[in-house]
Amino acid sequence: MIQIRNVDFQIHGNPILHDISTSIPKGQLTALIGPNGAGKSTLLKLIARLEKLQSGSVRIDGLDLSATPTEKLALVMAVLSQHTHVSSRLRLCELVGFGRWPHHHGRPSAHDRAEITRALELFDLTALADRFLDEVSGGQAQRAFLAMTFAQATDWLLLDEPLNNLDMAHARALMRHLAGLVRDQGKSITVVVHEINYAAAWADHVIAMKDGRILAEGPPADVLTEPLLSRLYDVPVAVGTHQGRPLILHHV
Amino acid sequence: MIRPLPVMLAILLSLFVTSLTIGAAQVSLRAAGSDAWAALVLMESRLPRTLAVVLTGAALAVAGTVMQQIVRNKFVGPDTTGTSESAGLGLLLMTILAPDSPVWVRMLVASLTALAGSAAFILLIRRLPAREVMLVPVAGIILSGVIGAVVTFIAWRYDLVQYVGTWLAAGGSSGIIAGRYETLWVAGAAAIAAWFAADRFAILGLGDNVAKGLGLDPAPVMRLGLMVVSVVSALVVVTVGMIPFVGLVVPNIVSRIMGDDLRRSIPVVATAGAALVSACDIIGRLVIYPYEVPVGLIMGIVGSVIFLILLYRPTRPST
Repeated sequence: MIQIRNVDFQIHGNPILHDISTSIPKGQLTALIGPNGAGKSTLLKLIARLEKLQSGSVRIDGLDLSATPTEKLALVMAVLSQHTHVSSRLRLCELVGFGRWPHHHGRPSAHDRAEITRALELFDLTALADRFLDEVSGGQAQRAFLAMTFAQATDWLLLDEPLNNLDMAHARALMRHLAGLVRDQGKSITVVVHEINYAAAWADHVIAMKDGRILAEGPPADVLTEPLLSRLYDVPVAVGTHQGRPLILHHV
Repeated sequence: MIRPLPVMLAILLSLFVTSLTIGAAQVSLRAAGSDAWAALVLMESRLPRTLAVVLTGAALAVAGTVMQQIVRNKFVGPDTTGTSESAGLGLLLMTILAPDSPVWVRMLVASLTALAGSAAFILLIRRLPAREVMLVPVAGIILSGVIGAVVTFIAWRYDLVQYVGTWLAAGGSSGIIAGRYETLWVAGAAAIAAWFAADRFAILGLGDNVAKGLGLDPAPVMRLGLMVVSVVSALVVVTVGMIPFVGLVVPNIVSRIMGDDLRRSIPVVATAGAALVSACDIIGRLVIYPYEVPVGLIMGIVGSVIFLILLYRPTRPST
């Protein structure tokens, strides 16, 4: 479980997060939703120790974030940031290979190589393994970064807008795949998503944020309701059901 | 598939032997065993010079790779980011303030000023918008120009303009003999240190967030990179003068051919850099034989042509 206690955050004096206290359940797919500028990415970065905590505390499976060495945290959680623009000319297999670095620090074993092969297979990249990053499409590059995160083989995966650049089919395949990892391998995955229906269809737990505060949290059926979503995004939405899960109609 | 490393090593070896046989004195390699004079020319002049050129080329090319990784920009090298000029500034200050200081003290001071110059460059480009790729080399060239202007001004005040000009153009290159080049082994050691940290530089090249996510603190890797670049630049400037373009074009060519998996590519970068500077040195010794042209001048001409070709030729696909 990730426990967040009294976290405030400011950038150049502008408050981004106000006294956030919540917890993210272990062994579930958690979706962070909310309008642009709500503080979702900032909260994810603080949990992932990509930004330094200014106040409050974060504990991940009992490990205090500010007291645990970063190498140790890399074996507990893997992070995918937004805007992963890379100027290095790397082959996809080399990029995915860096996901194993926290385990071997420069001396990969046969097990590490097997994990790289497996990650490439899982993300449908085997045929592209020897291509350079600047020779594949944005969606393929995004999948390569996901495969790198996955190859890190951590209990926790924190993904900031993993659906960026993915077409409908690959976005759905990714969410299905993440849900499968949670169900079959007991992984705990937290994603920031903008397309709310992916949260509705696949998430076990939803945290809705607005203006640096948590507006609501809980199972999708409790959070993704007409009044709450209309308040969250300041637009009227209609919520139906599809296969027993909420279906949000926000585009008309 | 052609493996780049053995090919480059073979080219470098032939250039190495060629370099040993060229010079104003006619010396046969075979005679060195029996002829004391030939052995003297080889051991005291030809071999030190050839080794100096090889070490310089290899270390500068590796320093260029490291610089490009820590800056995340392919259009920079140690000679376009103020590093070499800062080393020159340190050297000039030592010449004025402590002319009798031993050479290792001068090198230490030049390394420290080079470090300060590179650090200033890093601080400068952190304030630039990340997406403007071309602003980084422009900022580097401006910084180099400013530091170079300071060097010229101080040199002018102390009536050392000619001294500085000669030093930066040729260093001691035409006069490299045993006892003058050995400090370049330190530059070689710095390049080897870079190879040991190759994975770390490669990960740093993926961005601070990716590095942190993989449990790698970017700051010490950045410091190590700056040290490597500064030490190499300073030692090269003090010993053989400024050699432009090596640290810029060689990493780019190697990256085009085999990508940026640094653990595999750094040895190729080093041999290719050594081969390129050796070739330029040989040309410099032949064009007005038996006199010679500084290697930096030939490198400037060859390097700028290669750089233009690289700019205009798109990368080839890998398959």
